[in-house]
Amino acid sequence: MAYDQMTGAKIVIQALIDQGVTDVFGYPGGAILPVYDELFQQNHVRHILVRQEGGAVHAAEGYARSTGKVGVVVVTSGPGATNAVTGIADALMDSVPLVILCGQVPTHLIGNDAFQECDTTGVTRPVTKHNYLVKSTDQLARTIHEAFYVARSGRPGPVLIDLPKDVQFGTGPYLPPTDVVHKTYRPKTRGDRQQIEQAVAMIAEAKRPIFYCGGGVINSGTRACDLLTEFVQMTGYPITLTLMGLGAYPASDRQFLGMVGMHGTYEANLTMHGCDTMIAIGSRFDDRVTGRINAFAPDALKIHVDIDPSSVNKNVMVDLGIIGDVADVLEQMIEVWKARGYQSDKRALDTWWKQIDHWRGRNSLAFLQSSEVIKPQYAIQRLYELTKGRDDVYITTEVGQHQMWAAQHFKFEKPLHWMTSGGLGTMGYGLPAAMGVQLAHPGALVVDIAGEASIMMNIQELSTLSQYRLPVKVFILNNEYMGMVRQWQELLHGGRYSETYMSSLPDFVKLADAYGAVGLRAEKVDQLDDVIKEMISVNRTVIADIRVDKAENCFPMIPSGAAHNEMLLGPADQAEQPISEDGMVLV
Amino acid sequence: MPLDSTDLGRRKVATMPEPVRQETHTIAVLVDNEPGVLARVIGLFSGRGYNIESLTVAETDPEGKVSRITIVTTGTPMIIEQIKAQLGRLVPVHTVSDLTVDGPSVTREMALVKVAGTGEKRVEALRIADIFRARVVDSTNESFVFEIVGQTSKLNAFIGLMQPLGLVDLARTGVVAISRGAQGL
Repeated sequence: MAYDQMTGAKIVIQALIDQGVTDVFGYPGGAILPVYDELFQQNHVRHILVRQEGGAVHAAEGYARSTGKVGVVVVTSGPGATNAVTGIADALMDSVPLVILCGQVPTHLIGNDAFQECDTTGVTRPVTKHNYLVKSTDQLARTIHEAFYVARSGRPGPVLIDLPKDVQFGTGPYLPPTDVVHKTYRPKTRGDRQQIEQAVAMIAEAKRPIFYCGGGVINSGTRACDLLTEFVQMTGYPITLTLMGLGAYPASDRQFLGMVGMHGTYEANLTMHGCDTMIAIGSRFDDRVTGRINAFAPDALKIHVDIDPSSVNKNVMVDLGIIGDVADVLEQMIEVWKARGYQSDKRALDTWWKQIDHWRGRNSLAFLQSSEVIKPQYAIQRLYELTKGRDDVYITTEVGQHQMWAAQHFKFEKPLHWMTSGGLGTMGYGLPAAMGVQLAHPGALVVDIAGEASIMMNIQELSTLSQYRLPVKVFILNNEYMGMVRQWQELLHGGRYSETYMSSLPDFVKLADAYGAVGLRAEKVDQLDDVIKEMISVNRTVIADIRVDKAENCFPMIPSGAAHNEMLLGPADQAEQPISEDGMVLV
Repeated sequence: MPLDSTDLGRRKVATMPEPVRQETHTIAVLVDNEPGVLARVIGLFSGRGYNIESLTVAETDPEGKVSRITIVTTGTPMIIEQIKAQLGRLVPVHTVSDLTVDGPSVTREMALVKVAGTGEKRVEALRIADIFRARVVDSTNESFVFEIVGQTSKLNAFIGLMQPLGLVDLARTGVVAISRGAQGL
């Protein structure tokens, strides 16, 4: 079959259309001009002009994570590409499917230190799932379709395509997606039958079980989340979720123990520590979850389901590793559970739940409420309570204390409504991510829960919000400190607050005004509800500057180098259990 | 206050990780022969702190554009498993085979060894080369270049013996390996 011949730039647009792309985030420049010229001459793909390339990548991440689609970024060569690197690394760590189209100097200039040249494939190789340098227009259509396939298949991740300018100008054949099959890349999605049988038998025999699930469940899709909920409720077992997994199981359900890990709940961490069977699904035994590795769930038989073989036995040796897509494996497990007529051990489970409820009784998320100062946890709780009735609430966060408080106190019933930078921990993620979310969900309530330090990292994107009239709400828990770093300095470095106090912060209300947004401020507890209500009701971009308690620390906490059963529940514990020297060198 | 050595010792034992067995494995990887594929493999090893003892690469299927990379690496059993899983995860990788555990295999390495000298040393070098079945591939009045093929240990032994006899230059290919029997990779 003869394929249509077209220019490289046209191939790019046609390929995007055929991949179902409706929105791209980007910033033009010399080496990507032909693509921008084609963007100008069509109406299928909308381009969102950000204010810095880093914002484009986070926006595409927010877009991808709230829709399950592949996010698309277009940037130019050199600084365009290097500015995008942080976001690309973030997407790799959190398994977000992205395709990044990046201009490059013409092929004959590559290696000549040309203007705005950078070895982009070299720079991004360790932070992408895969990348390509397209050397001929003949290969372009195939490469783009392959990139989309790689980005969304298996464990999703960012794929970068470097596009030399002459390749964009040149002419080549356009292959439709159906004519492009990847030569080798076929991730395994169905679990091994025998292993599934074995796993379900182990699950049925458990006396003190726990499901420990993560972002992989959400990446697998809403079907996976539904199947997880079904299976967990079928067994009656407790479940905890990682930071990335929040929303995969309804937070209001009694079987949900809250988040696990460094700032997880007491009951989740103690249940993890004391369990005899751990069913890890789409979670990767991150150091923020395990605490001290040689004291991690010492008595547990561990089953691990993951689509990425390199996640199994990486940090923790497990007893049974099943490679496959979470949805497929859960379906297989439920099938076996039903077919074999398995029943949970009711008596053992009752005893286990009694123990868990005892732990739950400690109410580890409690904090000392004040009648004057706004406690940051209280601000999140009020935000949650005042938005609870709606099912179109999307939360993004920056990174730090506010992120942990949001994870602890905002309850997610459904997947795809919680966007946060977990693996890389990128300050500045939340605002552009919220932009992407809002674009994908025009009528929805999108709130970026931020800190005053993080928000400054991508503050320029307020201008983008204004341009596209995106009514994102920026909810700043302003304590004038880089709170989490300050907390660590308090705990580990004798309260020497080296460079963590932010002097000369902008007046966020005036700043909002300057960007055409609405600025609100709450300084006392009794102002909080009014500000939140107004923030929600105004159909414009809002910055709510919530002045919170400056000294508040994020508890509960597993200090670095400690085990799950060595949690600090509050300031009193902090004084009693100084952090070990071994723990101090960890991050 | 004097240090209590017994206490110190005990604390050390408690915090030191248990000694873990280091193993050497030879891994064969079939990859698409595309630009950057070797950089991907090497970057994986350096980025994750794995060891490379030797690495060889050449195209083995010009039509299918497939290259074979042979890597000799050392690590704990857990690290070796990780290396294989991480290699398998690279998009252009077709197959990863651990020749050390997937049954018996043949491993070979070649070296070119230049030895300069005259008189008795020169004669001795030639004599030892004969014992090791090394071939002379270049000769002048005061030098030889030997070509020697065999397992790494044999090459090491030969090179050790050449050292005092005037070894001036050395090139080694690194290890290539293939499984025994009828089965292909």
